[in-house]
Amino acid sequence: MRSLKNRTAPYVFLIPWILGFVILTAIPLFMSLYFSFTNYNLLTAPKTVGFSNYIKMFTTDVHFKNALKVTFLYVFVSVPLQLLVSLILALVLNKGVPGLSMFRAAYYVPSLLGGSVAISILWRQIFGMQGLLNLILQRMGINSTISWIASPKTAVWTLVILRMWQFGSPMIIFLAAIKQVPAELVEAAEIDGATRLQRITRIVIPMISPIILFNLIMQIISAFKVFTESYIISGGGGGNGGLGGVRDSLLFYTLHIYSEGFNKMRMGYASALAWFLVLIMAIVTGVIFAAARKFVYYE
Amino acid sequence: MKKNDRTVMIIKLVLLSVFAVAVLYPLAWMIGSSFKPEATIFKDLGVIPKQFTVENYFIGWKANGRTSFSVFFRNSLFISILCVIGNLLSCVLTAYPFARLRFRGQNIMFALMMMTLMIPQHATIVPQYVYFYKLGWIDTFLPMIIPKFLATDTFFIYMVMQFIRGIPRELDEAAIVDGCSVYSVFTRIILPLTRPALVTTTIFTFMWSWNDFFTQLIYLRSAPKYTVTLGLRMFVDSTAKSAFGAMFAMSTLSIVPMLILFVLFQRQLVEGIATSGLKG
Repeated sequence: MRSLKNRTAPYVFLIPWILGFVILTAIPLFMSLYFSFTNYNLLTAPKTVGFSNYIKMFTTDVHFKNALKVTFLYVFVSVPLQLLVSLILALVLNKGVPGLSMFRAAYYVPSLLGGSVAISILWRQIFGMQGLLNLILQRMGINSTISWIASPKTAVWTLVILRMWQFGSPMIIFLAAIKQVPAELVEAAEIDGATRLQRITRIVIPMISPIILFNLIMQIISAFKVFTESYIISGGGGGNGGLGGVRDSLLFYTLHIYSEGFNKMRMGYASALAWFLVLIMAIVTGVIFAAARKFVYYE
Repeated sequence: MKKNDRTVMIIKLVLLSVFAVAVLYPLAWMIGSSFKPEATIFKDLGVIPKQFTVENYFIGWKANGRTSFSVFFRNSLFISILCVIGNLLSCVLTAYPFARLRFRGQNIMFALMMMTLMIPQHATIVPQYVYFYKLGWIDTFLPMIIPKFLATDTFFIYMVMQFIRGIPRELDEAAIVDGCSVYSVFTRIILPLTRPALVTTTIFTFMWSWNDFFTQLIYLRSAPKYTVTLGLRMFVDSTAKSAFGAMFAMSTLSIVPMLILFVLFQRQLVEGIATSGLKG
């Protein structure tokens, strides 16, 4: 009798998941692949157009190249810097500091709030023409009157800084990893005459390299998906230069998908853009994993 | 040597504190500025207002004059709470059989589930939008809530699963010997013992739903359905220039629930991040 119950029970428990997987993941995945080969505006039936959406990306869509450029610059500059800051702080805090939990909490707050609309609004004001940064610079005697957001050269850097500011959560992960490094190893190296820097670069860093890889992958994926910041800081379409900022300087890839799909109702083209992003993310994580074999140390 | 160590420690503490102040300053300045008279905000670098006023809060709360932040807060709270309930129910229901039971197709289903971790939202968002559009769910809360009841947050399923695996199997076996069915093992043994993992799920789901912008932006269209994040966006969109105080006031209010959760559940948050890499 017990085994009889066991036979159906698992599937009863799994009803919500099976429904969700089929309806909200599996079918949409195939549908969006299909849409990417059509023109579809929601109101009339999708019309098959072959590869023309994919061709359009590389030919007539002038924004696509800008979106790729901005996103790549952002991902590959901000994530390494963010991880560097978080690793250095984790190493410093690990040495035992009075009030460790207080520092950890204070450093974590930006990560807690960083993705919110409130912080994006704040960033817009900090780097605006009459913003906080210019006010500080003026007090220091530097006469800066530019809007860091409206000038295409600096705009993306305000978002890089925003990501660096959120170093707290990778720092907490690093801290937990460093604690796991066997003390004997570090002590042995110390007895053998290794300097503090050598102990870090030769023992601690290799020992936590799987966690460095984990943080790198997680942050790169989340950086590719950044949306709120680019939408709000570029002014939500109402500010300087419209959605995506002046000369597309804040046109992140996801914002481009949004603007094509949900503003211009080009669902087919948006699907093609989305699939191309999936492809890019798969390639980037694949390359990182392949490269990691050389650098990551597994026990 | 000893004395030298102490100076090093003091220097370190000073540097760490200076850094902490620098990191938190923009946030503190925003909160402080929300209590300053509008005209003084961008003239004053200080955090503590010289002239204290709550006027910004009254102006901001009214939003566009037709729909106020009472509506936005109520909507955000409603969505977030239902998302939490949905995630709790569906994640623990899904995690239990994968962690404890043996059944046909288990390996393949598990593989499919883990695969969804790697699929970005963008690959499915357009067809999902088409679904919800056809169902007439645009400008309702359903597109945010229903997916949570269908176990779409794989991350939490996996976390709860790992937790259930840590519960000694002898407990289940003893209960079955005592005549419990699979269902009552679930409700009497597994459910009470997974509470810590469920607390983590609750906190993170609430914060993510509260902070969510993209989904709410594409599905919610009319002001009476707006959430706090969409209400804040109205300040950015509007061409009216002189509303910084009100904007800061409402931004400050919007992060209060997050800060409260952080203060109350700091330990769970830090553990959740350290052990499973959940992002804040």
